[in-house]
Amino acid sequence: MIKTLLKSVREYKTDSIKTPFIVTCEVILECIIPFIIAKFINKLQAGQVTTHDIFFYGIILFVMACMSLFFGSWAGITCSRASAGLAKNLRHDLFESVQGFSFSNIDKFSASSLVTRMTTDITNVQMAYMMIIRVAVRAPLMVIFSFTLAYMMGGRLSLIFLFTIPFLGIGLALVIKNAMPIFRTVFYKYDKLNASVQENINGIRVVKSFVREDYEFNKFNKAADDVRKDFTKAEMILAFNAPMMQFCLYLVMVFTLSFGSYLVISSHATILNVGQLSSILTYSFQILISLMMLSMIFVMVTMAAESAERIVAVLNEKSTLTNPEDPIYEVPNGDITFNNVSFKYSTKADRNALENINLHIKSGQTIGILGGTGSSKTSLIQLISRLYDTTEGDVLVGGHNVKDYDLVTLRDQVAVVLQKNELFSGTIAENLRWGNKDATDEEIKAACELACADEFIELMPNKYETHIEQGGSNVSGGQKQRLCIARALLKKPKVLILDDSTSAVDTKTDAKIRDGFKKFIPETTKIIIAQRIASVQDADQIIIMNKGTIADIGTHDELLARNEIYQETYYSQNKKDGDDHGNE
Amino acid sequence: MIMAMNKAHTVKKGTVGRLIKTLFTFFPVLLPFVLFLVVFNAIVQAAPAIFQQNVIALIEKALKGQKTWGQAAPGIWKYLTVLIVLYVLALIASFTYQRLMAIITQGSLAKFREKCFKKMESLPIRYFDTNAHGDIMSIYTNDIDTLRQMISQSFPQLLSTFISLVTLFVIMLYYSIILCAVVILGMILMLIVTKALGGRSAKYFIKQQVTLGETEGFIEEMMNGQKVVKVFNHEKQALKDFDAVNEKLFEASRLANTYSNILGPILHNMSNILYVLVAIAGSSLLLLDAPNISLSGMALSISIVVPFLNMTKQFTGSIGQVSQQINAVVMGLGGASRIFDLLDQESEEDEGYVTLVCAKEENGEIVETNERTGLWAWKHPHKDGTITLTKLTGDVVLDSVDFAYNPDKQILHNVSVFAKPGEKVAFVGATGAGKTTITNLINRFYDIADGKIRYDGININKIKKADLRRSLGIVLQDTNLFTGTVLDNIRYGRLDANDNECEAAAKLVGAHDFITRLPDGYNTMLTNNGSNLSQGQRQLIAIARAAVADPPVMILDEATSSIDTRTEAIVQRGMDALMLGRTVFVIAHRLSTVQNSDVIMVLDHGHIIERGNHEALIAQKGQYYQLYTGAFELE
Repeated sequence: MIKTLLKSVREYKTDSIKTPFIVTCEVILECIIPFIIAKFINKLQAGQVTTHDIFFYGIILFVMACMSLFFGSWAGITCSRASAGLAKNLRHDLFESVQGFSFSNIDKFSASSLVTRMTTDITNVQMAYMMIIRVAVRAPLMVIFSFTLAYMMGGRLSLIFLFTIPFLGIGLALVIKNAMPIFRTVFYKYDKLNASVQENINGIRVVKSFVREDYEFNKFNKAADDVRKDFTKAEMILAFNAPMMQFCLYLVMVFTLSFGSYLVISSHATILNVGQLSSILTYSFQILISLMMLSMIFVMVTMAAESAERIVAVLNEKSTLTNPEDPIYEVPNGDITFNNVSFKYSTKADRNALENINLHIKSGQTIGILGGTGSSKTSLIQLISRLYDTTEGDVLVGGHNVKDYDLVTLRDQVAVVLQKNELFSGTIAENLRWGNKDATDEEIKAACELACADEFIELMPNKYETHIEQGGSNVSGGQKQRLCIARALLKKPKVLILDDSTSAVDTKTDAKIRDGFKKFIPETTKIIIAQRIASVQDADQIIIMNKGTIADIGTHDELLARNEIYQETYYSQNKKDGDDHGNE
Repeated sequence: MIMAMNKAHTVKKGTVGRLIKTLFTFFPVLLPFVLFLVVFNAIVQAAPAIFQQNVIALIEKALKGQKTWGQAAPGIWKYLTVLIVLYVLALIASFTYQRLMAIITQGSLAKFREKCFKKMESLPIRYFDTNAHGDIMSIYTNDIDTLRQMISQSFPQLLSTFISLVTLFVIMLYYSIILCAVVILGMILMLIVTKALGGRSAKYFIKQQVTLGETEGFIEEMMNGQKVVKVFNHEKQALKDFDAVNEKLFEASRLANTYSNILGPILHNMSNILYVLVAIAGSSLLLLDAPNISLSGMALSISIVVPFLNMTKQFTGSIGQVSQQINAVVMGLGGASRIFDLLDQESEEDEGYVTLVCAKEENGEIVETNERTGLWAWKHPHKDGTITLTKLTGDVVLDSVDFAYNPDKQILHNVSVFAKPGEKVAFVGATGAGKTTITNLINRFYDIADGKIRYDGININKIKKADLRRSLGIVLQDTNLFTGTVLDNIRYGRLDANDNECEAAAKLVGAHDFITRLPDGYNTMLTNNGSNLSQGQRQLIAIARAAVADPPVMILDEATSSIDTRTEAIVQRGMDALMLGRTVFVIAHRLSTVQNSDVIMVLDHGHIIERGNHEALIAQKGQYYQLYTGAFELE
């Protein structure tokens, strides 16, 4: 796990390595300063201080403090850069990793969990990293130097510190061991609590319609209380830390003072003198503060380890789809074949989403797909541009297995307008250029004309430069769909797949778009999933899907004559046509 | 989120006071007690410096006087005993206060969460329509969390530092006023540095949060549209765009951390220099044999200078500790300010007094009953104490209703709708014509500006909102499901419905078939608003949810828009059976959905321009006819 994370340090390696060294310099100075001060004070106490001494010690100490300040600040700068840099690289790597995801990888991680990983989790790791390269070096060094100096100055009495270390160590280990599992579960609960708030905000109309305010409040209260109890329990365990350190400090103080004064007086300051005694007292404070810092880092790092694991899980996620070794870079035509194709979304699923599909579509044909909610229409078309791999059987485009194509080439040539489509914040033109980033204004206009989008774009104040809000919230459903079609058309694909992409477009415009397809892109294979019979009835072939299988294939007239599902659908949409006025 | 973070710059006046007051109301006994312990702890921790020094002074005296340990011991032990007592007290205080603080901190956060949630649930729909959901959410995910460090660390730290500063200050004055002046001078200098650097650190810290919000927005948009990114081979471009945002965040984060990181060493070394200065001043004074000015009147001696130096260290150390809390305080106050903003919002008002009760008919009279009979009545208390029961029939009348979300843009103009009991009334019209608005008015998500809405002859303003809404089953345009099983979600419509009733509802609306094909059938967990279901399946569950509620009146707002027409026909048959004899309002884009309605209203820019049944409207050859023949576009 650590190895994976460290791969993201890259250009911040120098800063990361430099920091501990600078910190070492800082710590050395920090420990020497009280040493020199103690010397000075010893002189002072001996009554040997001259004006010269005052200047001498004053200047030395001032210079050392300045140097310590310099190193301290320098370390502050380098460690900020190193940790912020690691965070930046991790975010980049995570984002890049997600870009390489296949559809089934995407299905595995929810968008909101990916957002958390790229924000909160990375921030946790960033802080922990900063702590590690700065404080984690500083604290033990501080302990070692302080102890060494205390020993040099204070003699053997300072060995008393050694007795406190195992005590503190065991204490801290116990605290962490008991607190960590609670933290682990409570963060999970906490995420769920926030998820339920989110649901309430988004579904407030449902809550209020069903008068469920009190119900939701009670539910929330219970969950919030649960989180509170766990957090309190964990924090109460952590609350042992400070008193534990205080206890050790006090113990050392009392012992040093009592035993120390005995030594000083009984030996007439030969074994231990007053100056030594004072310096032990000074260093004891420093040592224990450092130990405390170390314990804080432990807690922090253990907490960040959770975040790190979540990050690494994404970084290590292998895309389930990879480019073949010697890929084909050209799709010859829009011919499509399904050979005994079965498909399920996850190996664990016990039911196939598609069952033994055999199908041949000739290049340039228009194919309609009809079927009830959940009949796997979408699953079928997603295999054509290799958004998922088949579980059994092969899908061929232009005579080659889709697995032999370069993925970019295949997806450029097989354009899919997804059912759950998205526009992104930016201008209309920017959104359309997703299809072809080098598209000229004329090409964009032509694609929009074909998708019947130009008529409303022209009416907008800034036309193609009109800004689209996040998720396309400032255009209507039908407008959004037409923009998405235009975006796909800009690819000039060999196969164009519309997954229920005109459901919010009125029938007349829908028909106009289909006429345009026929006239202007006759070579392109067009596959149209629709709910409206009108959208598919002119197709060369209509595929009827039912529960993951092809129930029937035929033309409108054939199906109307023989297929029950088709008939039912047809009559549900044209119920009164026969009575009121003749068929169009 | 971004908006919320930008608001972080402004902390409303009085936030600190209000926050402290609120915390005291949460823990009226515990909090003062803990604060007492904090103060006690601070005093006790400052005191040992004196005793320690006294012991050392005794040792020196003993050495000079050539005393034996036996002679010096009683004096030393006297001090040591006091010291040990103080230490034990400090330990107890510290241990107790740390544990209690955990209770107070987490308790306060939980109470703030609950308060915010309760308030939020009571707010009118307008609040949710006018505030970005991300902003409301960030109160829970960010703002309340910012209080954690402030309550658990910053507040006690500030208080304890203040107390130890005062205590130390007094002790220092007790020893030497001149040396104390040197310390104070140094301290002022340190405070100036803290203010300058700390202020900058806080500034960049906020900037970092704002940038983080922006980055989060970008990531969220991209992650939600990741499939589109894939389909368009847009991965490289997306990464490039992300890098630009990421770089900005890096810069802000680097600066924020740099300032807060260098503040520590700077203050620390300033305190070192100050230490040296005090030492120099002290030794110079000793050397010059200058007279001492002090509260104790003691002459300046080495046994005063040395403890004084130790106190200087403690004194400056506490300033360093406080400086580490600056960011937490700035963020915490920003968070508190936004929490109070939410708590200050006006709750939905309800002045209604007519309630909905179950009823049965006895000898031709409507009588209230506790059982669910399928028969409902409005219980109408009068001023004279009498009560009338009116049978709920579902007669809804909108009489010349005007309405505007914003005063400057009127949405509905003089709209009148008469829905007779048992009728199916449909609304057709372009986006923004006001279809959904009408339903928003019937269930009083919004209140009308002018006109009257009567429900069974009762002005709906007189009906308690909860009862009004309970009488209306609504299936909304956007489907929202909750985390839980499919069964839980259906039961949401009526909490006391048993499993069989839920299943019957699902069967009725044609959802049973696909539910049984889910991995765990009715016990399949739905998360993330049912993201593992198709749009149409989610709508079916939402309809089943309304069906199990079995309400007297039903409003279907584009409820079947994502369901294929064949399944829709099944749903319709079920709904028709369910709603037999009840009033239904239907809004739909698809004309096949509304064709069999008793009355169809065609809305245009808030005016009803045509009304009648399908046949009549076709014969009229108006807008509806054009829509029907596809000659006109609905947008």
